[in-house]
Amino acid sequence: MRNALLTLALMTVAAPLAAQPAPPVAVQPAPNEDGLSGTVTDESAWQDLGIAIPSFATNADQPTPANAAGTGALGLELSRVVFGDLRNNGLFKPTGPDSLPRPSYPEITAPAFAAWQGRSTEMLVQGYVRTNGDGNLTVGCYLYDVALQKELTRSGWVVAPTDWRRAAHKCADLVYSRLSGESPFFDSKIAYIAETGPKDHRVKRLAIMDSDGANHRFITNGQATALTPRYSPDYARIVYLSYLNGYPRIFVYDIGTGQQKLITESRNPTFAPRWSPDGRWILYSMAIGGNTDIYRIAAGGGGSPQKLTDGPGIDVGGSYSPDGRQIVFESDRSGSQQVYLMDADGSNQRRISFFGGRAATPEWSPRGDQIAFTHIAGNLQIAVMTPAGGGMRHLTDSWQDEAPTWSPNGRIVQFFRTERNSGTTSIWQVDLTGRNERRLPTPVGASDPAWGPVLP
Amino acid sequence: MNANFALAVTAASLLALSGCSKKAPAELPPAPQASNGPTATGPATGPLGAVPGTQAHFAQAMNGRDTIYFDTDRYNIDAEDQTALASQAQYLQQYAAARATVEGHADERGTRDYNIALGERRANAAKAYIASLGISPDRLSVVSYGKERPVALGSNEEAWAKNRRAVTVLLN
Repeated sequence: MRNALLTLALMTVAAPLAAQPAPPVAVQPAPNEDGLSGTVTDESAWQDLGIAIPSFATNADQPTPANAAGTGALGLELSRVVFGDLRNNGLFKPTGPDSLPRPSYPEITAPAFAAWQGRSTEMLVQGYVRTNGDGNLTVGCYLYDVALQKELTRSGWVVAPTDWRRAAHKCADLVYSRLSGESPFFDSKIAYIAETGPKDHRVKRLAIMDSDGANHRFITNGQATALTPRYSPDYARIVYLSYLNGYPRIFVYDIGTGQQKLITESRNPTFAPRWSPDGRWILYSMAIGGNTDIYRIAAGGGGSPQKLTDGPGIDVGGSYSPDGRQIVFESDRSGSQQVYLMDADGSNQRRISFFGGRAATPEWSPRGDQIAFTHIAGNLQIAVMTPAGGGMRHLTDSWQDEAPTWSPNGRIVQFFRTERNSGTTSIWQVDLTGRNERRLPTPVGASDPAWGPVLP
Repeated sequence: MNANFALAVTAASLLALSGCSKKAPAELPPAPQASNGPTATGPATGPLGAVPGTQAHFAQAMNGRDTIYFDTDRYNIDAEDQTALASQAQYLQQYAAARATVEGHADERGTRDYNIALGERRANAAKAYIASLGISPDRLSVVSYGKERPVALGSNEEAWAKNRRAVTVLLN
């Protein structure tokens, strides 16, 4: 795999000097007894934690395609990306490299603890970058407890120069996971719909970006309206709806080849596509004569579609449980949009949303413990509930928020917000406390976000 | 600004506020049709200038009756819709070579996937009613645009009422 990162096993002593490109070896995290524990909903204590992220060092300032000014400047950029990740997820209020002293290369593995203690720093993230003979970069990342004067964890990666940001995301993931006890999520990507033009002539293009909005790329040219993309679990394909040739149908776009194909040949409209967690199946909805049902088809092509719902009404969408055994979906069979569960073969269908208003676009958390959905009661709000339909609570309160998608670790929900009258759209994210909400940077209007898994 | 026009708009707004009408408020209901089926009183061709059997001619002849409107989340064809659809059927009967697409739409206050399904349901309801008047369903296709193609751009009840619609368009 050309784009895979190699994880380095760093030596315990003098790591920067000893780091060599090596086969991928996962670093075993240090034992947890000296670490911090707690849950992310208890975020007030986290924000008091003083985390310093100074500029990454380099052994020698070398030219690299990753930065026109060389590896020294690249070290600063790497630390800025780590800082941005940790600041923007809402759990921490770190201090970034632009207001901190710059450690020397030898200090990366031997921090000046006394000086950091003097700055009220409790946690210290340090790192380095250097070029290898083949042009690739080696990036190391270290987390220290300043009070204990102890290293908590470390890791390192070999990346192609074009993938330098991924090394920074891996470092942020390492720090986040070690401090929160949660699974990582920064090194991941988002597919979405880029929107331009006035409300009655809106151009909608398929686009992708990294989890922090970087490496943005348009995939379709906007001649045909594109909607509701979903990344395949391996990021090789995107399934989405296109009005190519005038009618709404689902295509599978292959990112490597740039080719796309219909998932099923039908004169009927197909929409609301979703992947199974293992990437083997695609759920889609198809309308026949005003009646919409949910179908399942093999993602690799071949085989005939299997109809999962039957009966009058609009059955639409669908999201698999992480183990692939159940599907949560939306139906108006009761008279208005509500959320239902069924087994993956379509059996055992039952409604789970009973709290007033309409409930739409359910998405099962990758952790399995929550279902995010759009609650329509006057305004449209993002809400979560348990798979049994209990514990419903709103995460947002705006005029129109819809279409939640989960971070790979199930701690953050992304969605899109529509501005009243102008119809301008933007992608936002909020953590499960509902308190840490922020807008994602996108070059133009943005809707229908779909967050993919953590990259290998 | 024309004072009479302003008064008419105000009156229409008051009607909208009364909350009962599902119709796009600025639009007057079409006059009742005297007859079913094709008659000599079919669409006029002379003064309109468009070529009979084309979309331009159809739109002129329908004079607003190419579009029917729906309540929130609904897709039923009421008496007013029946009148408009009968006019469309009459036209299609007169121009037997004409084919049409019924475009279904929803307002912006719903989720995207559901609105595509809802627009499809509305377009199919219109198609089924036209077919029930003797027009072959093979001459009618449907397409749903969900909430993607609003005609009224505001974010208020009046705009949404105009956007919950099914529009019949002739294929030239």
